[in-house]
Amino acid sequence: MKPEILDFLTKKALWVRRETIKIHGIAPETRLASSLSDVEIFVSLYYGKILNFNPKKPKWLGRDRFIISKAHGAISLYPILADFGFFEKSELTRVCQKGSFLGGIPDTQISGFETVNGALGHGLGVACGSAIVLKSKGLKVFVLMGDGELFEGAVWEAVMFAFQHKLGNLVLIIDNNKISMLDYCKNIINLDPLEKKFQAFGWKAVVVDGHNIDKLANSLKDLKADNSDYPKVLIANTVKGKGVSQLENDVLCHVKSLNKEEIARAMEELK
Amino acid sequence: MRDSFIEAVCERMDENKNIFFVTADCGAPALDKLKEDFSDRFINVGIAEQNLINVAAGLALEGCVVYAYAIAPFLTMRAYEQIRQNLSIASQVRPVNVNLIGVGAGMSYVVSGPTHHCFEDIAIMRLMPNMTVFSPSDWKLAADFAGYTIHKSGPKYLRFDGKTLPLIYKDTDNIVLENGFYKLLNGDKVCIISTGYMTHKALKVASEFQNVGVIDVFILKPLNEKLLFEAIKNYRHIITVEETFINNGGLDCLVSKVIRDNRPNIGFDNLGISDKHIFELGNRDYLHKLNGLDEENIKEIIWENNW
Repeated sequence: MKPEILDFLTKKALWVRRETIKIHGIAPETRLASSLSDVEIFVSLYYGKILNFNPKKPKWLGRDRFIISKAHGAISLYPILADFGFFEKSELTRVCQKGSFLGGIPDTQISGFETVNGALGHGLGVACGSAIVLKSKGLKVFVLMGDGELFEGAVWEAVMFAFQHKLGNLVLIIDNNKISMLDYCKNIINLDPLEKKFQAFGWKAVVVDGHNIDKLANSLKDLKADNSDYPKVLIANTVKGKGVSQLENDVLCHVKSLNKEEIARAMEELK
Repeated sequence: MRDSFIEAVCERMDENKNIFFVTADCGAPALDKLKEDFSDRFINVGIAEQNLINVAAGLALEGCVVYAYAIAPFLTMRAYEQIRQNLSIASQVRPVNVNLIGVGAGMSYVVSGPTHHCFEDIAIMRLMPNMTVFSPSDWKLAADFAGYTIHKSGPKYLRFDGKTLPLIYKDTDNIVLENGFYKLLNGDKVCIISTGYMTHKALKVASEFQNVGVIDVFILKPLNEKLLFEAIKNYRHIITVEETFINNGGLDCLVSKVIRDNRPNIGFDNLGISDKHIFELGNRDYLHKLNGLDEENIKEIIWENNW
């Protein structure tokens, strides 16, 4: 990746983190830590020109589909969508407020979101249905899930289905931040070895540092260009609460809301 | 009725390339032909009802008309959250035409025990916003509904009996499906209101009287309450009969609301399954007798009120 592009994407990631924290200040119910581990994933997909989309025609039939199954962790996508013009930037100042359409868990009433989200473990199966139709049209379906979401049984029904039906246009991204709600995933249901699990199910699996934009964007680009019949999974190793030390070091960060003072400290860190 | 419906869908798949048929490993003679003729639009997801709904939702979001077929209790209860999130909620914001074919309504799978009995589906499916609930009493009505499912968007639950039932509707030309019910017999003082399999029993009982009405309710949601009240307002007594749990959101609750809201002095009895699962074995008539759904009990209520 050219240094100027990497610099551009890095600055965007910083901006997205700061905007996400500002939103959290307005709407403390939002899941901040979950929305910070996937920032580089969103930045790579949108600013890194991996996804085909059209903000003026959000339901343009030629778009790539991006189904965000861990939608509670997609507050960080709000500033990106506003930046591209899916909706007005002023909307970011009234998230979860009366009359706003930007809720604590984004869904398909928001321009740029494909599905209803909230209950976990649904997105991959829905993506399989879309992928069947879109395969012959050369369009890709991306899905974002959290690692804790893999505890849901319906996910594995879809994992098996995708291989059976040769859904090579399906790219699953796992935000592998290793923390669920109450504990580290390994202490609840150990998912390791995750890469081998997917390989055993017939998927092509790639592991990447989920905060290294250069490697992340290149991996996503390669997976999108790969027209083999294998469904693909990108396991992005991330840090829950990335960029905010108060969250990074707390196993209970999923449910943690920052107060004004803590937000000020976080903003100091993210300069 | 399952096969006649599938045959009707199959006929339409030839001209409508957007129709997909998805099954959770459930078969039918009519499905063999569909599978052969339209292998690219037939999907067997395996015994995986949750994925059945999710895949169906994904297909529908891409503009397809989808039929998702499974055993009724597993379809409605194993995958309830998938139906709620990806069909009921989603269809309020985006077009989602998914038609859930649940086979094995009520006591269809009589000897398979309480896991295969399906007494909850009417209530729990009616509960969901944006849902249509269809419960036909014969195959002709079921087949007629196929055209309706293609043109009316939104999620629909089609509750089919698991057994072959005799024909009730010799001619459906006069039936307006959207009305949701049909007066099979006009009566004087007492009327039986039923759905699905129980309409056959209602007709049998009524045939022993000269003046007992029978109304077959085949769309339990949305219900045209005003029209139903017009149909029952002159009766002295109403009896609902259904193979579902009573007093918990089934046909009886739907009818009692219409009575309560309009003419509370109409007498009312609701026959169905009380608040317990059925472990007893025997044929359908035997289980009906154990639960007060037998002909003698219905007749007794008629005699008490038919004066």
